[in-house]
Amino acid sequence: MSTVFIALQTNEDTRPIIGAILDDNPHARLNEQPAMVKIDAEGRLVVRRSSIEERIGRDFDLQELHINLISLSGNIDESDDELTLSWGA
Amino acid sequence: MQIDLRTVAIKPLRQTFDHVARRIGGDKPASRYQEGTFDLQATANFQYRPTWDPEHEIFDAARTAIRMADWYAFRDPRQFYYGAYTLARAKQQDTAEANFDFVESRGLAAGLPAELTATVLKLLVPLRHVAWGANMNNASICAYGYGTAFSQPCIYHAMDQLGIAQYLTRVGLLFGDTDALDEGKRAWTADDAWQGLRRLVEDSFVVHDPFELFVVQNVVLDGLLYPLVFETIVDDVLSAGGGTAVAMLTQFMTDWFGETKKWVDATVKTAAAESAENRALLARWIVHWRDRAAAALLPVARIALGERSDEVVAEVVCQFNARLAKAGVEI
Amino acid sequence: MDMQVAKKKLGLKERYQVMTRGLDWTPSYQKMEDIYPYAAYEGIKIHDWDKWEDPFRLTMDAYWKYQAEKERKLYAIIDAYAQNNGHLNVTDARYLNAVKLFLTGISPLEYMAHRGFAHVGRQFPGAGPRVACLMQSIDEIRHAQTQIHSLSNYNKYYNGFHDFRHMLERVWYLSVPRSFFDDAVTAGPFEFMVAIGFSFEYVLTNLLFVPFVSGAAYNGDMGTMTFGFSAQSDEARHMTLGLEVIKFILEQDPDNLPIVQRWIDKWMWRGYRVLTLVGMMMDYMLPKRIMSWKEAWEVYFEENGGALFKDLARYGIRPPKWLDQISFDKDHISHQAWATFYQYGAAAAFNTWTPNDEEMDWLSQKYPNSFDKYYRPRLEYWREQAAQGKRFYNKTLPMLCQTCQIPMLFTEPGDPTKICYREVDYQGSKYHFCSDGCKEIFEYEPEKYVQAWLPVHQIYQGNCFPEGADPTAEGFDPLAEVLKYYHVEMGRDNLDFEGSEDQKNFDQWRGQATKNA
Repeated sequence: MSTVFIALQTNEDTRPIIGAILDDNPHARLNEQPAMVKIDAEGRLVVRRSSIEERIGRDFDLQELHINLISLSGNIDESDDELTLSWGA
Repeated sequence: MQIDLRTVAIKPLRQTFDHVARRIGGDKPASRYQEGTFDLQATANFQYRPTWDPEHEIFDAARTAIRMADWYAFRDPRQFYYGAYTLARAKQQDTAEANFDFVESRGLAAGLPAELTATVLKLLVPLRHVAWGANMNNASICAYGYGTAFSQPCIYHAMDQLGIAQYLTRVGLLFGDTDALDEGKRAWTADDAWQGLRRLVEDSFVVHDPFELFVVQNVVLDGLLYPLVFETIVDDVLSAGGGTAVAMLTQFMTDWFGETKKWVDATVKTAAAESAENRALLARWIVHWRDRAAAALLPVARIALGERSDEVVAEVVCQFNARLAKAGVEI
Repeated sequence: MDMQVAKKKLGLKERYQVMTRGLDWTPSYQKMEDIYPYAAYEGIKIHDWDKWEDPFRLTMDAYWKYQAEKERKLYAIIDAYAQNNGHLNVTDARYLNAVKLFLTGISPLEYMAHRGFAHVGRQFPGAGPRVACLMQSIDEIRHAQTQIHSLSNYNKYYNGFHDFRHMLERVWYLSVPRSFFDDAVTAGPFEFMVAIGFSFEYVLTNLLFVPFVSGAAYNGDMGTMTFGFSAQSDEARHMTLGLEVIKFILEQDPDNLPIVQRWIDKWMWRGYRVLTLVGMMMDYMLPKRIMSWKEAWEVYFEENGGALFKDLARYGIRPPKWLDQISFDKDHISHQAWATFYQYGAAAAFNTWTPNDEEMDWLSQKYPNSFDKYYRPRLEYWREQAAQGKRFYNKTLPMLCQTCQIPMLFTEPGDPTKICYREVDYQGSKYHFCSDGCKEIFEYEPEKYVQAWLPVHQIYQGNCFPEGADPTAEGFDPLAEVLKYYHVEMGRDNLDFEGSEDQKNFDQWRGQATKNA
């Protein structure tokens, strides 16, 4: 199984997002680097709007991710509720 | 080690980049517009010719018949670089969003007289395709025009036109449904009222001279369409008939036209001031495309104006001529 | 119809559909092939543009909103950084030379990408990819400008930044990135997308931005870190576009496979060659190092790229050619490149140096198979020579590869002691190459690569002297005249870091900041 990843800047905005991703993806690994984090996961990684909203106590549009996103890998599927990264193989 | 560096007064070695200094008369502080614009496009020692256009270099002033001694004579009076541009649009977008919210939350669209709703859908929805054409044409001017001073505003303009096409789509969805969008496209491709305009737009897609395309799209077509549809029909005629809500939803377009025409006029003015040849060429292009555009817009105007159309279009053309005269092109 | 009934809210995908593709129509007054004249000549067959899968679905309202927020943040930091003399916080002034290489070699390419994407964003007959390309076009002018605006403050205090646009079109090593991009832009629209959208953005850009920008943060350069990460947030969209393009082309027709495979082979190799400069920045130019070039290559290419090519295998795509050589070379290329810049440090617009002991130890540790054996002795020798006042400057111009335009500094596959030379006879002339990869790229399209503006050839042909220079005059100094043509200021922009104006100024300014006057 191949690894997908998402990399985010580390700041006040992304703390709850990173927390939500790690909770929703127990198989993911957090890799901390200067000023950024890279979250690696085997096969598939899901970012859920509802989990982020629970943590920040307001509505969240998944497209807000763009502000602090650094990089990612994998095929992307984006809906109103989830952003999924996956490798088919 | 964090040291308090603010207290150190050090004298800079230079104020700006050399290529900017050469253009602003020496080494002085330069604006972000200047540093983000001057000479950004490559001009010398190109490596290979385009396989898609071997007659020209990648960037080549010979793609247009307009001649300029210096293509950085053009200035955007708004001084838009990307940051200034997006901040300006985000602000307008906030207003537009608030306007859409206002109209939606109060059910103002549903409260419009049925006849007015029909006119709005018939007139505004097909115009999303015109804006889409304008997006393509400005992408083209940006890609094949010469010099960042001329090409840069065109990518902003291209994205603005996409934004306008999307606002018009939302107007269609608000007053109708996705069916209204389908009906608008059907009218655009099949109804007589729209065929003159569609032919003009499709013909503009095969104009290869980037400056001529600038004239066709940004000077002429928008220069007649916006005053006719958004300033006259929507803001005056529909509003008087109880359609103020529509004017709120197209406020972006009205404001946008007011803002962008300053840049369009400045561009025409600079090219015209360069030489008598440029002036003559601009006049020829403008007259040719103005007459086509005015004829194409007449049946569109009839959708909302009926018998008054000839008179209103003639008035719009008259104002257009006066505007161009001020920019240095007598037509 | 009861207008009071709440309308069905469109989902993200449907909404995006009507906001983009719904805007297009099939023309009837002009022919498709006249409106989109460049869509067919590369031989790529597209049967149904509607099968295109949109990557991120941003409409303009959301685009303006989020991008404005990024810009507000970015410029606030740039302003604060300038007002507080943030440049004095960098680890050591040597670091700035990596940033000089970035501004002169990379930023102008962001601009080229802007124009290139405007071109393909006009030319694709499908509305979906056209919108995605135009969004990338406007993003790319953002990147060029935010880099220039961030680095403008460095230009005020340090040398080497002052005439980056002029230099790009002339200076020898800058023809490497420039020819790479000119090559992509002059190719057809589909090849451009495979070259830049896929190979560069998807596969290689992480190697440029992530380790380098994280390295900037590590070296106290908040300015570079901020524009770097801010640009990278757009990259996620661009990478996705690159991947969608490849999948789309491959799904459309089986005949597209061999064409795409050849482009992948070519552009991975071209991109890999350009990244030699990045490898050198990471291993030699960052005073505090975050990861070695080799480690970055393993994480971002071997691991991620590996996953990608495994995924693409279902379309019949195999991993790019010459991977064995690339894998062997990761122990070598950064050292070979830095040694070249060290020797030609008089003709570069930045300062060069030999690493100190601690840095050499780091290199030994990161490159146990190669550094001590092949590269340390030479650096130590140069260091001794310099200490005796005999800093080595090579004044013989190097032979350049006709394709990648890098001097012949790379070694034979599997033998790091022997320079690799390849040649081809074409229409009565001999052309030289650094590798099998570059030779094969030339052989497929010789009519393109014979046009190359090779800086060394141009110097020898007398095309790189300032106006009015007379090479026949008594005492004519060709190097001095070439530097004038480059706008490289002798003794300020170039030569060794030791004794340079940047070094002196930085030390003095920092001294003022840390001591009472």
